[in-house]
Amino acid sequence: MTTAATTSSEGVDGSFALSHLDSLESEAVHIFREVAGEFERPVILFSGGKDSIVMLHLALKAFAPAAIPFSLLHVDTGHNFPEVLEYRDRAVARHGLRLHVASVQEYIDRGVLRERPDGTRNPLQTLPLTEKIQAERFDAVFGGGRRDEEKARAKERVFSLRDEFSQWDPRRQRPELWQLYNGRHAPGEHVRVFPLSNWTELDVWQYIAREKIELPEIYYAHEREVFARNGMWLTAGEWGGPKESEPVQTRLIRYRTVGDMSCTGAVDSDATTLDAVIAEIAASRLTERGATRADDKMSEAAMEDRKREGYF
Amino acid sequence: MTTVAEQLSTTTLLRFATAGSVDDGKSTLVGRLLHDSKSVLTDQLEAVEHASRNRGQETPDLALLTDGLRAEREQGITIDVAYRYFATARRRFILADTPGHVQYTRNMVTGASTAELAVVLVDARNGVVEQTRRHAAVAALLRVPHVVLAVNKMDLVDYAEPVFAAIAEEFTAYASELGVPEITAIPISALAGDNVVEPSAHMDWYGGPTVLEHLETVPVAHDLTACHARFPVQYVIRPQSAEHPDYRGYAGQIAAGAFRVGEQVTVLPSGRTSTIEGIDALGEAVDIAWAPQSVTLRLADDIDVSRGDLIAPSTDAPEPTQDVEATVCHVADRPLSVGQRVLLKHTTRTVKAIVKEIPSRLTLDDLSQHPTPGQLVANDIGRVVVRTAEPLALDAYADSRRTGSFLLIDPADGTTLAAGMAGRSFASTATVNTVADEEGWDF
Repeated sequence: MTTAATTSSEGVDGSFALSHLDSLESEAVHIFREVAGEFERPVILFSGGKDSIVMLHLALKAFAPAAIPFSLLHVDTGHNFPEVLEYRDRAVARHGLRLHVASVQEYIDRGVLRERPDGTRNPLQTLPLTEKIQAERFDAVFGGGRRDEEKARAKERVFSLRDEFSQWDPRRQRPELWQLYNGRHAPGEHVRVFPLSNWTELDVWQYIAREKIELPEIYYAHEREVFARNGMWLTAGEWGGPKESEPVQTRLIRYRTVGDMSCTGAVDSDATTLDAVIAEIAASRLTERGATRADDKMSEAAMEDRKREGYF
Repeated sequence: MTTVAEQLSTTTLLRFATAGSVDDGKSTLVGRLLHDSKSVLTDQLEAVEHASRNRGQETPDLALLTDGLRAEREQGITIDVAYRYFATARRRFILADTPGHVQYTRNMVTGASTAELAVVLVDARNGVVEQTRRHAAVAALLRVPHVVLAVNKMDLVDYAEPVFAAIAEEFTAYASELGVPEITAIPISALAGDNVVEPSAHMDWYGGPTVLEHLETVPVAHDLTACHARFPVQYVIRPQSAEHPDYRGYAGQIAAGAFRVGEQVTVLPSGRTSTIEGIDALGEAVDIAWAPQSVTLRLADDIDVSRGDLIAPSTDAPEPTQDVEATVCHVADRPLSVGQRVLLKHTTRTVKAIVKEIPSRLTLDDLSQHPTPGQLVANDIGRVVVRTAEPLALDAYADSRRTGSFLLIDPADGTTLAAGMAGRSFASTATVNTVADEEGWDF
């Protein structure tokens, strides 16, 4: 007799127990299906980063053998890693998905947004994201945010109500009890949904290994021309770095997170395989945001402030 | 050779909640669990140390790790439930850390609703106090299967066994009477590290597990044969593709018990019956699946099934009802009144409902009941009688947490008003309800 899964650890507790990955997977699939059942126009935020890739994988499993009843939305900062854009387009083609793009560059070209002195475009994503949600009338927006990532995110609900300006009010969140998600919202409002809320960085990597999910190559150790800024290795490139005072060198690095090139740092690593990456993360003494995100180092409440304004 | 990935994927998951105030040493206990399991990383600790120094504190205030909101840091209080994540080689943990002061009941009810275990802290010098009784009552009401009584600050009572024994006995008697099925009392010193992660060198008289050992070994699986099997339908999967022209599957997460291929099932509330033809467990066909797996059921007969329906074994199907008697915890700032029209969300079904009666309100401190309060306000616990516009396949919460729970929602703006637990509880044992029912009070 086959039982549900080679991976579930029946016997660990002497009876029907699920492995922690099966528990997290089941919870995320439940969340996807709740949204499919209760909303009109859901969309998955897809950056080509590992968390959004895992979200897409879970959504595919949740509705198989039917197609995903959602489209994808990429907020394109214009400073993308080419490997990640290629990955995005391959995934869209392979699964026959519809892709929406909200372009930061277009807003800058139109003069609506202005380039920041520090060159980082992460905070500039909020307006194109918000206006795309309004224009397309998306009522549920899946994000790959995890509560273990950042302390403001630790207080986020799985279903997080946003007003017509996409704003988040942490003091007016609905209590979330049992597995009863309350997604009711007024016209013009929408709900941000976080199926990976209870996952940690390590869970994501273990799941990628178990499910044999393909990732953009930049997550594995490779040689790259980089320069140091704010204690991180940034990729030299057209987006604006390095300055004259910032010497470029070739190092063996990999990315722990993937975001805008201007503020996403690489870490020194020789982890060229999934097992090596997992071993490296299990032994790491830094969080992924602490190691790689300049935007979160701005202040104690940097993430909360961006989230209030409608950021992911 | 087993890879790192394989080793790590045989661990199980435990969701647990801690309750208590800073004075009981809860932050210290949580901090020690996180720190000693190496779950606090260098940059987080540095950020906390930095912030603590800015506030003039000498030692790092571990509460700052998850007091993530500006308002929380400014006021030095925890406003909201904080979820923390840590792991050992044996288990992954999700800790719902509930604040002791603000919105106390609402937050603890929220944290306890998904918890398999609750840690209740007491100060060994003070013993069982009013707050301890409140914690025990919420854990009992929410039917948390395992409760740990952590008797903290044993170092301040000279690690004396009689002190621990007296507190453990008093608490166990109180909690058992409320219906808590399993209580484990552990003498600890969170500050000194006794019996939190490492066994204490000061309490030879204690032969039980440390807190972490207990968390690692407490069973997370229920005896599925003793549960009612329940499957709320979330979504109907119909590809209508060339490859799968006739596939029709009912997607959902098994709420309780186990389902097998070949089993005869009844769909509620319609009452139609069929047989399970196949179970698809996220890409793999299986013969049996159990809670809390997300699966897709295929039935042998082409019957009308849609979101909001409940599939249950025909031999053990609940009786649909439109009259719901329940214990509720009121979680909104605006009150809940007799006569109020609400939405009731139960599993995947949301129906219109009206609050017919509020027979009593409970005071958690002494479990005294106050008849016919007329309304419930934030953080009140009370009994309600609700009439729904359509029948619900509702279980008693005592039998099934997942299919015995519901939300009351304000239809005007979607606010979650109350968290409901169907059926009887210790909050319904007093005579007020019986009197109300027999005399048929009409509001």
